Amino acid sequence: MATFLGLDYATWWYLVVGASFSGYAILDGFDLGAGAIHLFFNKEESRRTALNAIGPVWDGNEVWLVIGGGALFAGFPKVYAAVFSAFYIPFMVFLVALITRAISIEFRSKEPMLWWRKAWDICYCGSSILVTFALGLILGNCLLGLPIDKNGVYQGGVFDFLNPYAVMVGVTTLALFMMHGAIYLVMKTEKRLYTKLTIIVKNMTIFFVICILLLSFYTILYIPHLSHQIKSHVWLFGVPVIMVLAIANVTRSISKQQYLKAFFSSALTISLLLVIVAIELYPNLVLSSLNEDWNLTVHNASSSEKTLRILLTIAAIGVPLVASYTTFVFWTFKGKVKLDEMSY
Amino acid sequence: MSVEILSRIQFAFTISFHYIYPPLSIGLGLVMVCMEGMYLKTGNKLYETMTKFYTRIFALIFGIGVATGIVMEFEFGTNWAVYSKYVGDVFGSALSAEGIFAFALESGFLGILLFGWNRVKPRTHFLATVMVTLGSMFSAIWIVVANSWQQTPAGFHIVGSGMDARAEITDFWAMVFNPSSIDRVLHVWVGAFLAGSFLVLSISAWYLLHKKYIEFAKSSFKIALVIAFLSSWAQLFIGDRSAKVVAHYQPAKLAAMEGHFDTSAPAPMYLFGWVDQQHEQTHGLSIPGGLSFLTYGDFHAPVQGLRATPIGDRPGQVNGVFQVYHLMITLGTLMILLTTVAAFWLRRDTLFDKPWVLRIFVWSVLLPQLANQAGWFTAEMGRQPWVVYGLLRTSAALSEAVKAGQVIFSLILFVLVYIGLFALFVFLLNRKITHGPNWAAEEMHSSMHRDMAEHFGPTGETAGH
Repeated sequence: MATFLGLDYATWWYLVVGASFSGYAILDGFDLGAGAIHLFFNKEESRRTALNAIGPVWDGNEVWLVIGGGALFAGFPKVYAAVFSAFYIPFMVFLVALITRAISIEFRSKEPMLWWRKAWDICYCGSSILVTFALGLILGNCLLGLPIDKNGVYQGGVFDFLNPYAVMVGVTTLALFMMHGAIYLVMKTEKRLYTKLTIIVKNMTIFFVICILLLSFYTILYIPHLSHQIKSHVWLFGVPVIMVLAIANVTRSISKQQYLKAFFSSALTISLLLVIVAIELYPNLVLSSLNEDWNLTVHNASSSEKTLRILLTIAAIGVPLVASYTTFVFWTFKGKVKLDEMSY
Repeated sequence: MSVEILSRIQFAFTISFHYIYPPLSIGLGLVMVCMEGMYLKTGNKLYETMTKFYTRIFALIFGIGVATGIVMEFEFGTNWAVYSKYVGDVFGSALSAEGIFAFALESGFLGILLFGWNRVKPRTHFLATVMVTLGSMFSAIWIVVANSWQQTPAGFHIVGSGMDARAEITDFWAMVFNPSSIDRVLHVWVGAFLAGSFLVLSISAWYLLHKKYIEFAKSSFKIALVIAFLSSWAQLFIGDRSAKVVAHYQPAKLAAMEGHFDTSAPAPMYLFGWVDQQHEQTHGLSIPGGLSFLTYGDFHAPVQGLRATPIGDRPGQVNGVFQVYHLMITLGTLMILLTTVAAFWLRRDTLFDKPWVLRIFVWSVLLPQLANQAGWFTAEMGRQPWVVYGLLRTSAALSEAVKAGQVIFSLILFVLVYIGLFALFVFLLNRKITHGPNWAAEEMHSSMHRDMAEHFGPTGETAGH
């Protein structure tokens, strides 16, 4: 098998898919989180400010979902087919919530009536929670392993996705994004809303720390295959250690009111959580709970080497482009939110 | 109903609904580029007002387009898992290219287009408008390339057999420039220009009829009419080329489009008609030899009929394909007539004195929308029973793990959400149009009142776009 810098192309693409999911979680994570805590703000002015803090960027953030999905489709079509058809109901709920959310943001500001705006606020908050929870739920199920047969076809029941572990992962994801979103908002606001957010940020951080502790203990005790790699390679233990430090730094920066640092630390936390997932799963992408030989791996589920080369070329040209104009957009809208005639 | 029929209905429904919006974004984007370009060139505030007004409408359209577009990418995996496995190697690279080269570009610069007016220089803002429009046009390229590959597959070979059979790419550029890509991209682009420019024509005509914002409306009308006039004529030639490609690579589809059963010379072209699929006959008004001429430039050339294709490999709904195809042709012809006559009267300076013409233009917004939908129905129904032409049948492309009950659940969900969404869209679009282009300025004024009103409790706001 041909390699590039010591890694085969399928593994490279595994890293690219992982990086796009990370990028998605970090970027859409903060605007989903901001949505999930939206109803904590009572005043119309505060809600508008919170919406406009994500206004110019949320759409661009969501692009990473499309890129990640496309990357999975192109690089590992068997995984794409297996996972998406297995979780039919959660994905449909996810899609409808995603539509509702986009529409709530766009439609809310279009009419001045109070009832109109309140209704869209509830839709926006509810759908942000649902999107986040559904993502966590699906991730949790993938971590456990799926009942797939040798053709990658799901053999489980329609509602098997509702199990305690997956729900725990869902709640933890929600807590993580809420913390991440609150930190983003506190950076973008001032005056009364800022003061209110400083309290929300603290509470969300506590909520997340409790969730992640419970989830970690549960995983280590009851789901041995998810800590197998780290247990057998001592040097990999560094990854969770850095993650704990990153979480510690979130709380430290928050208490010192250095929110930019807190934001980068929570972004680091998100990516390290996914790095741990990637380490524990590799070389598998989807574990078959029926028979280990039916696992979908980086090698038996990937596209042809030719396609992987093409995809890596596309990524090598595209990612710097996307990164440059994303930076430009964030730079343009840096600083605290100012409402004007074109705002939501 | 079977999972196959339900999944097909769901895909057709979600994609048809989605396809109302992207062509409007592309077309309106082009109109906005023209308007903002004029503003930069002349410094005339009228053009700035125009750009800002249409930006607000653009935002509404774009938002729904993106939200409903993500659905399709997921549906490939949820409903069509076997298809996804079969084409992932080929189709996936086009889809990835769309995400990273096109979608990221338009969504990235959208923030600046919508919210950047007071944050960046006018030139930078213009750049953002151009980038968003280019991004949406690039999107069309990759999506149409992916679809064209399903129609006229190229640059691949099949590996494995039975359940494991799948297409693997052998030549990326041959896949991208498969035989129908270029003609179909142009066809879709021009269809989008028509959708966008007719929306502007409709809004402007409505203002003129109601004697509101006269200068604004006349100016917008002229810009949009130029685009609509050029596009509708261009579409005549591009559409003709597309039909020739279909005749060459998908003869059964062309035969269904014309209800042409016997391979005959000369082959007639129907202006309208009815296909009796059971007796394999077509009734209607036709031009003798018309199909032969349009396909091969010769009134006596033989054109392959449906009977040359085994029954199992023919489109199931011949009359359906025939009707949507002829609807598209009729609407295209109407658009050519309408824009040409209007352009003629505009030159003579009598156009805006004819209220009945303006009334037609108010409703003309439906022409390109219906034509675009009809065109896609022709392309997709005509391709049946294949999902990848000649290679993979639609009935074999389904997810094996998905039950009818699940698809019914999601289908009902989408129908309910989309009906609500469409009602809201029409309501908000209507409100925006009735509020008019000066709304932004009025808002600034009313926001001063709002600050005063805040002391007396919440009154609701009029700000926002």
